[in-house]
Amino acid sequence: MVEVELSEDQDLFRATTRKFLEAECPLTTVRALADDTVGFDAGFWRKGAELGWTTLLVSEADGGGSLSGNGLRDLALVAEEMGRLVSPGPLVPTNVVAWAVSRGGSAELKARVLPGLVAGTTVAAWAPSAAGAAFETVAGGCRAERSGDDFVLSGVKGPVEAGAQADHLLVAAATDAGPTQFLVDGNSPGVTVVPMGSIDLVRRVAEVHLDQVRVPANQVVGAEGGAAADLERQWQIALVLQCAETCGATQQVLDMTLEYVADRFSFGRPLASYQALKHRFADMTMWLEASHGTTTAALRAVQDDAADASELASGAKAYVAANAPEIIQDCVQMHGGIGVTWEHDIHLYLRRVTLNRAMYGTPADHLERIAVLLGMDAA
Amino acid sequence: MRSAESEVTGGVETVEGFRSRARCWLADCMPRLETGAVGPERSDERYAEERLLQRRVFDGGFAGICWPTEYGGLGLDGAYQRAFDEESLPYDMPLSFNIPTFGILAATLIDFGTPEQKARHLPAILRGDELWVQFLSEPTGGSDLAGCITRADRDGDVFMVSGSKIWSSAASVSDYAMCLVRTNWDVPKHRGLTMLLMKIHQPGIQIDRIRQIDGSMEFCQEFFDDVAVPAADVIGDVDDGWSVATRLLLHERVAVGGGSPYTSGRSMTGSTSGVDRSLLRLAQSVGRSDDPRVRQLVAANHVEHRVQGHLVDRVTAGVSAGRMPPAAGSLTKLFHAVSIISRARASLEIGGIDTAVWAVDSEGPGRRLGEASLQRQAMSLGGGSNEIQRNIISERVLGMPREWAGDREVAYRDVKRNTMPTGPGRPGDQQPNPRDRNQGDDLS
Repeated sequence: MVEVELSEDQDLFRATTRKFLEAECPLTTVRALADDTVGFDAGFWRKGAELGWTTLLVSEADGGGSLSGNGLRDLALVAEEMGRLVSPGPLVPTNVVAWAVSRGGSAELKARVLPGLVAGTTVAAWAPSAAGAAFETVAGGCRAERSGDDFVLSGVKGPVEAGAQADHLLVAAATDAGPTQFLVDGNSPGVTVVPMGSIDLVRRVAEVHLDQVRVPANQVVGAEGGAAADLERQWQIALVLQCAETCGATQQVLDMTLEYVADRFSFGRPLASYQALKHRFADMTMWLEASHGTTTAALRAVQDDAADASELASGAKAYVAANAPEIIQDCVQMHGGIGVTWEHDIHLYLRRVTLNRAMYGTPADHLERIAVLLGMDAA
Repeated sequence: MRSAESEVTGGVETVEGFRSRARCWLADCMPRLETGAVGPERSDERYAEERLLQRRVFDGGFAGICWPTEYGGLGLDGAYQRAFDEESLPYDMPLSFNIPTFGILAATLIDFGTPEQKARHLPAILRGDELWVQFLSEPTGGSDLAGCITRADRDGDVFMVSGSKIWSSAASVSDYAMCLVRTNWDVPKHRGLTMLLMKIHQPGIQIDRIRQIDGSMEFCQEFFDDVAVPAADVIGDVDDGWSVATRLLLHERVAVGGGSPYTSGRSMTGSTSGVDRSLLRLAQSVGRSDDPRVRQLVAANHVEHRVQGHLVDRVTAGVSAGRMPPAAGSLTKLFHAVSIISRARASLEIGGIDTAVWAVDSEGPGRRLGEASLQRQAMSLGGGSNEIQRNIISERVLGMPREWAGDREVAYRDVKRNTMPTGPGRPGDQQPNPRDRNQGDDLS
């Protein structure tokens, strides 16, 4: 578990989410969605929203809120539980966009967009990076020019999680004034969403092509030219939620592997009795506990908007994303031949953490960012 | 003694009030470290200086912040200690008292000592009058601690101790030890041990220093030749020394991991350890700050250092909330040991030739880190090797099956073991002890 201690409310929220996911979306359902172009069931997402999955980063005035007052930490519980069952659903992008709109959208935009996102009847995608650049803190890959009361956006963004499923796209674009975020309707003329393949069975990713897309000025989210701070915060939110999900997935695999080696015999003794394997479990446990610990620290820093939130979010991402796939791969090894079959569920988890490793920046991308934060001049 | 001005709520000083009082006191009374310095290296003179520094902290009313009040402590909770730790970072503090004296041995004495033992030693420790060491490992093997063969034979009101201990840090400049001895050879190994509180400087104890790879002379080996220890100085019960030793080791793992409530000031590993910039400085000094590989190594080691603090926080919280078994302290110990290895490896990579060859009289980071790398396995060996920690994690945290052992439920005198080797400067006087009929026959 990522957080060692939870309040009663958090414990209940987590238990409700787990029960719901186990009932509504077991691994058999995840497998069945593998060939579905959307990748999640609309009714499932709506019911999840009713449990509170989409309100936690939205202000109370905008119809959101959290019991604990620490919405991000509560939301991380959902991410972790979704990792545990490699669940479908655009949790990170929808919440990042809901946060941004609640924080910087016009009253009109909020009234039009937030009720649907909060109710789970619509979903949103976030397009911060230029196509091919998984991690970019500047608004790359897209330009926006003023044209009367509108802006005209052109460029190619990607990979965008849930890009093809989204009703709304939050696009970061460069303007003469600086980086600016626009909420673009998914069906606006000039928007072409090209689905991409993804290593995950149910998480859908797309490239978003914008060709002279007209966006009214009242769909600017935050200040024109002033999106840098919001973008930074959105990266932090996305990173810590992703880390929580990866931790949840990895814990589940480690737990099931531990059970497997206790029950499996060779040469007349349980696999779990071999010191060569025990020592690897010790190392994996250490890496995973450290992953939980650093994810908790990053979550708290981002929740509290601490001075070192960027460093901790990138550090957690670099650490968790480097270790989790290695842990799961070693768990595959512990399973023997069954571990490399389609039939065994372990590959569902391996797929999720392998996607998470690279999505929103690789460990190397984030280490480079830390090198800069440490004062090593940009290479 | 204690400053009269402090913020007080309902008779109890707030953490912030305590913090600001500590800040003023530190500025007035403790020497400042040079910017960026980590503190002086340990030497005999340094230990003497630290006793005086500890006395100052005690007189200032800031010693033993989380220690029980009846033994000279302040009886406050960890938040006060953390506030003091943070405020004390820029100052030259008596940090060598932390491990093992405060975090390991005083902690064990608090748990197992008689009221008389505690009253005699705990206030003296806090005053800076007593440094303690642990006499646990023996030359016949460090990992199998319960297999110790230093013996103590009861003779009226005293135990007569014979044998040898090794890897005690700074025993030569310390005052007291907790010494694990075998008092009963007719029962299985864990049930025949006793922990003694032993005065170090007394007849019958010879202390030799061990020169380490990096030239340091801190570790010692002790030889005991019929050392008399009063029976009143048994810690815990006779033949139940393993319970004491187990608790001691637990405190050790927690303290080395940076999670002890009894230590004070900057920790080596916890969240208050500060940022280690040595690799960054090395990269700058060799002009490789823009090499992408070097940048990755510096950043990865920085992240690992921060993660270590996060793991310490997690395990400390998990153990104190009862959500993790105490053995989880091995996670932080192992992490610390492994990250020292990765840091040493990175320093050789970043520093290149400068870590192996230098101008005569150079004091540069290349030389320092190069030489430190020779010693990198020390933390993977001391305090329970990495292999032992992995056994503990897999068996006592994860509940995996225990390793086979040839010494369970067997009287210890019938267990195969190594012989006590001849000590330096003591040719030939470590013959098998006639009182132990089996000792020394397992190689024949």
